[in-house]
Amino acid sequence: MDKLLKLRFYKDKLFKSGIILLTLLSTVPLLLILFYIVKQGITAINWDFFINLPKPVGEKGGGILNALIGSGIIIFIASLIAIPFGAIAGLYLSEYSRDKLAYWVGLCVDVLQGIPSIVLGIIIYLWIVKPTGRFSALSGSIALAIMMLPPIIKSTEETLKLIPGTIKEASLSLGVPYYKTILRIILPMGLSGIISGSILSISRVAGETAPLLFTAFGNPFITTNILKPMSSLPLLIFNYASSPYDEWHKLAWGASFVLIMLILFLNIVTKILERRWKIQF
Amino acid sequence: MRNLKEALTMRFEYKNKAINSKENKKLYNVLLFEKIFQKSLGLIGIIIVIILISIFITLTVTSIPSINHLGVKFLYGKAWNPVTDEYGALPFLIGTLLTSLLALIISTPFALSTAIFLGEYYPKGLVSNIFKNIIELLASIPSVIYGFWGMVILVPIVRNLELKLHVLPYGVGILTSSVILSIMIMPYAVSLSRQVISMVPPALKEGAYSLGATRFEVIRKIIIPYIRSGLFAAILLALGRALGETMAVTMLIGNSHYIPKSIFSPGNTMASVIANEFTEATGSVYLSVLIEMGLLLFVVTTLINILGRQIIKRFILH
Repeated sequence: MDKLLKLRFYKDKLFKSGIILLTLLSTVPLLLILFYIVKQGITAINWDFFINLPKPVGEKGGGILNALIGSGIIIFIASLIAIPFGAIAGLYLSEYSRDKLAYWVGLCVDVLQGIPSIVLGIIIYLWIVKPTGRFSALSGSIALAIMMLPPIIKSTEETLKLIPGTIKEASLSLGVPYYKTILRIILPMGLSGIISGSILSISRVAGETAPLLFTAFGNPFITTNILKPMSSLPLLIFNYASSPYDEWHKLAWGASFVLIMLILFLNIVTKILERRWKIQF
Repeated sequence: MRNLKEALTMRFEYKNKAINSKENKKLYNVLLFEKIFQKSLGLIGIIIVIILISIFITLTVTSIPSINHLGVKFLYGKAWNPVTDEYGALPFLIGTLLTSLLALIISTPFALSTAIFLGEYYPKGLVSNIFKNIIELLASIPSVIYGFWGMVILVPIVRNLELKLHVLPYGVGILTSSVILSIMIMPYAVSLSRQVISMVPPALKEGAYSLGATRFEVIRKIIIPYIRSGLFAAILLALGRALGETMAVTMLIGNSHYIPKSIFSPGNTMASVIANEFTEATGSVYLSVLIEMGLLLFVVTTLINILGRQIIKRFILH
């Protein structure tokens, strides 16, 4: 073989091995993180961990019940606000995409997605916490709801745009008004996108800490009053991880494990939903 | 032309008749509903625009006290002393830029190779699925857990490194935060650049292959030049994300109010200062200064986002 040709093949192989090596290396952090969280987390959790409040420094044991309840409530209210709003906005963007307004709305959604979460924390502090004079779970929910909007809007819009135009035309040609076509034909067909987008956005905000720092603030006790400060899993992890006590670190590992498992579970549910519903089109 | 005009006027008259003469009440209702429906959907869109604009206005208005008090000195002042109401954000600006750029430098080679791996070598199949899922998982790990993991695992490693290099062994600092940041922004950069790579027209690649080019040559001489602007946008958007990243950096950067002397020294980023001091800020100027920092973050990330997305959109339209 030609020497030059050999060199070229050699280069090609070298490049491919380099790419594969770097790709493999970039998966190492995930494996390390998962391994460590599972290793530390499994030993930290037991039944007591789920039904108890955190204990003061020096006492063994304790749990994260306050954070579990808090996370549940905060995310539930955030979803209640964000999902209908996001679905309708996505519908608007996909159905009236030729509007001049739709262009600007799309741009705003993009920008909204890129806003650092800490800035949203500041905003909700200024809008809600400062006028009402206290930290509250509700303000945390609103901050998270704003963060949830872009993924839901995008996912709804993209799914609805995939629906073949012939179906819409068939409905219109039967004399069905446009709004009924949207509500009865387009929306049910695009339900998969709305639901999977919603679950994905929940899994994304479930781990958000920064917007809650100045809004939900955290609370060492159980509360179900959404006008009071409330704890959440990521807030608890942040507070306990930054503390110097081993016992609290252990709680934080346990909470991290629970949080990661929750997020994994939500991601898998999204995947299954996407796969099952994709056949429709 | 005239026929069309006639037809249009006829249609218009018919519609008007139908609406005005209430004979056909059902049609009237339908048309009315249609209008209400479209308007109310548009209203939701307007609300989103309003949310964004009011975010900007709120930030600007509340940072006026700080702008009045400090002026441009905010950007180049080095001292940070809430007691004497002296606020210079330069150390944090430098800290933010340093950590983000370092994170980009660390993560770009990995992100690019993973994107080439997924976009060119293994676009489909089991291998590709496994790696895609791993990358997605990396993206879904919460920031606070990255920070916690960094505190426990990465900090001792960096501390050992610093001992070997004979610099002050803080463990926390610019380098540690950059490493964690690079892991955090990698999935984002990968998914964007993979998208861009998949946009290269197959005909171009096939042409090069048919001339006898090896895969490496196709990637280097066809794919990379073709996607250059798209890659730039992907890296830009990753930078935007790194600039605003808060929790992991707050936990790992060491919270020092001085300009970092080297990549090993502790520092602070704009986001981490806000996270640390916002709830403790008592004076009105103090709070306003922190909000101005938020405004700066907002403006910079927004500009980066718009620019990056415009480039990618133009790239896709090509």
